[in-house]
Amino acid sequence: MSDQIKLERNSEAAEQLANREYKYGFVTDIEADSAPPGLSEEIIRFISAKKEEPEFMLEFRLKAFRHWLTLEEPDWAFVNYPAIDYQQIVYYSAPKAQGDGPQSLDEVDPKLLETYAKLGIPLKEQEILAGVVAVDAVFDSVSVATTFKGKLEELGIVFCSFSEAVKEHPDLIRKYLGSVVPYTDNFFAALNAAVFTDGSFVYIPKGVRCPMELSTYFRINAANTGQFERTLIVADDDAYVSYLEGCTAPQRDENQLHAAVVELIAAENSTIKYSTVQNWYPGDENGVGGIYNFVTKRGKCAGANSKISWTQVETGSSITWKYPGCILQGDNSVGEFYSVALTNNCQQADTGTKMVHIGKNTRSTIISKGISAGRGQNTYRGLVKILKGADGARNYSQCDSMLLGDRCGAHTFPYLDVQNRTATVEHEASTSKIGEDQIFYCQQRGISAEDAVSMIVNGFCKEVFSELPMEFAVEAQKLLGISLEGSVG
Amino acid sequence: MLSVKNLKASIDGTEILKGINLDVKAGEVHAIMGPNGSGKSTLAQVIAGRDTYEVTEGSVTYMGKDLLELPPEERAREGIFLAFQYPVEIPGVNNTYFLKAALNAARKHQGLEELDAMDFLMLVREKMKIIQLDEELLHRPVNAGFSGGEKKRNEIFQMAVLDPKLAVLDETDSGLDIDALRTVAEGVNSLRGKDKAIVVVTHYQRLLEHIVPDYVHVLADGRVVRSGGRELALELEKEGYSWVEQQTAGPAETRG
Repeated sequence: MSDQIKLERNSEAAEQLANREYKYGFVTDIEADSAPPGLSEEIIRFISAKKEEPEFMLEFRLKAFRHWLTLEEPDWAFVNYPAIDYQQIVYYSAPKAQGDGPQSLDEVDPKLLETYAKLGIPLKEQEILAGVVAVDAVFDSVSVATTFKGKLEELGIVFCSFSEAVKEHPDLIRKYLGSVVPYTDNFFAALNAAVFTDGSFVYIPKGVRCPMELSTYFRINAANTGQFERTLIVADDDAYVSYLEGCTAPQRDENQLHAAVVELIAAENSTIKYSTVQNWYPGDENGVGGIYNFVTKRGKCAGANSKISWTQVETGSSITWKYPGCILQGDNSVGEFYSVALTNNCQQADTGTKMVHIGKNTRSTIISKGISAGRGQNTYRGLVKILKGADGARNYSQCDSMLLGDRCGAHTFPYLDVQNRTATVEHEASTSKIGEDQIFYCQQRGISAEDAVSMIVNGFCKEVFSELPMEFAVEAQKLLGISLEGSVG
Repeated sequence: MLSVKNLKASIDGTEILKGINLDVKAGEVHAIMGPNGSGKSTLAQVIAGRDTYEVTEGSVTYMGKDLLELPPEERAREGIFLAFQYPVEIPGVNNTYFLKAALNAARKHQGLEELDAMDFLMLVREKMKIIQLDEELLHRPVNAGFSGGEKKRNEIFQMAVLDPKLAVLDETDSGLDIDALRTVAEGVNSLRGKDKAIVVVTHYQRLLEHIVPDYVHVLADGRVVRSGGRELALELEKEGYSWVEQQTAGPAETRG
């Protein structure tokens, strides 16, 4: 069920948008405290020791590593890249610690703060801005600053780095780590389980509605360092949390491997909203130097009436391999996936979702918008699986593709597996291109061709942007080089 | 205001305009008539700057500037408006937002302050009355799902908001019933002014009953074959275009 569509006509404006240079390319020169390149049990023990982990974590890592050795790198995705030499990768890198971790932002290396400022993430300002967003910022592999923790603690909310959670809340980690994405899940998930260095942990207790958007900015910095984050979010009964993840990375020549794992667990009547804006370095116009982004994200609606909603805006990375999914186990639980993926130059994206309906009357919605420009290849790959017991399950999928220029491609691979007669599954797909006549029409009204393209692309993505929290929506639009739509009328 | 001299233009090597001469002064309304394929719409598109047509000879001067040197968006910002024969649909882009971006692009170009949301909304409300546009259309994507009549009305509404110096209406009457035609014509008439000019491209005489032109030019096979006052349109109506086409065999005669 694949359709490959190529544009026949070329659009100058589309090319210009596609050829825009990456705005956030720069490197800070903080000395890294790194492991030697390569992967072995020894390296894993080094990482675990460096992080002063309890025994169960080391065991988890070693089991994952031994399993990983038995796996082959998957090749079914619609992407091409040179073979990765896993023995050339540095699996641990941390900014030099000054004794214990910083107690406040004042103690954080000013250079780090400067880096964040360049990326438009002024932590100081955010702190002053009185608790709109709490940031658990990750620089390379170690958390360096956490704000608003005190406020959250009063409500019993845990929001900390993964390493801290391992030390402070080992029971929660033990209970939930690998419960949604087991280390046996896939090649990259196994690799992550073996070598992950840090990430975020969130726990929202029963009946608590998290009063602010939780946010983490990831950033890859040291050369040749694969970054393997691990994020675990647990919402207990009747809890609510909205979590934001955003990333940019500095320009460089070596490809960088990124294999994150995100696990979400939603108990009865709880809601988890997870939003991502991904803007890692996509490589130059020939695709050299971009990030390889192989991510496993999955949420489990474990309890009845629970809800998990994924929203992603993927504009960066040279390769994106990512399928945030939902296991709808609890009766009446709801899974949502809203996605914008933009590929230009030589970028390749193979992304989509998996919705697995287990419980009765479970519902899922999939809205995917793929934009291809330059020589970009954009693939939607999605699975909707309705198991025997999922009486009354419903799914609605809509996959739209937009093409800019005549050398890009859009592909759609929807997989449907329906085992229950009472289920309803709807799938809609469309492909459009930005036409010369549309651009000329805008130009005739005084709008430049470049702005016209931005405007049309933005209009195309509106349904997804409207799912993002306000500040993220703004960032997403910035990333697509678009002025804010709908501010009037 | 607009001076077209010996304009020749072709598409994919086929010459469509074969030496057009046209002079439009401020305050005037000119009608361009002619049979299908005579080059009426091509002339409108070339004035607006559509690059699918290649200008091979001649010149177009607008307010003292070489128009052919300017990209289409700058022509628009300088006050040229083309009401499209087939207005283009832009899904997902809000009609009002689109128009605000267009207006502010022009204002910025002219060194004026951009209108904020409130001021813009007031302007829109005022202009909507002129053209009797259904307010609901403001909130829909540009032309998406509009009926033929709604699209044409939306073009004139845009014209009202952008307030151009030179408006070129390309077959604005096609697809309009008689009531809609009257409304649109009234809208256009309200936008006439002594410092503005309008070029009406049309196949039929009926629009000219409502938008009364000062001059009528008849195009055939890429040339202006007759020019005259409004009575020329009536003559055409009576005699039909075959009468003109017979004349194109001989040398072009220009009057008026």
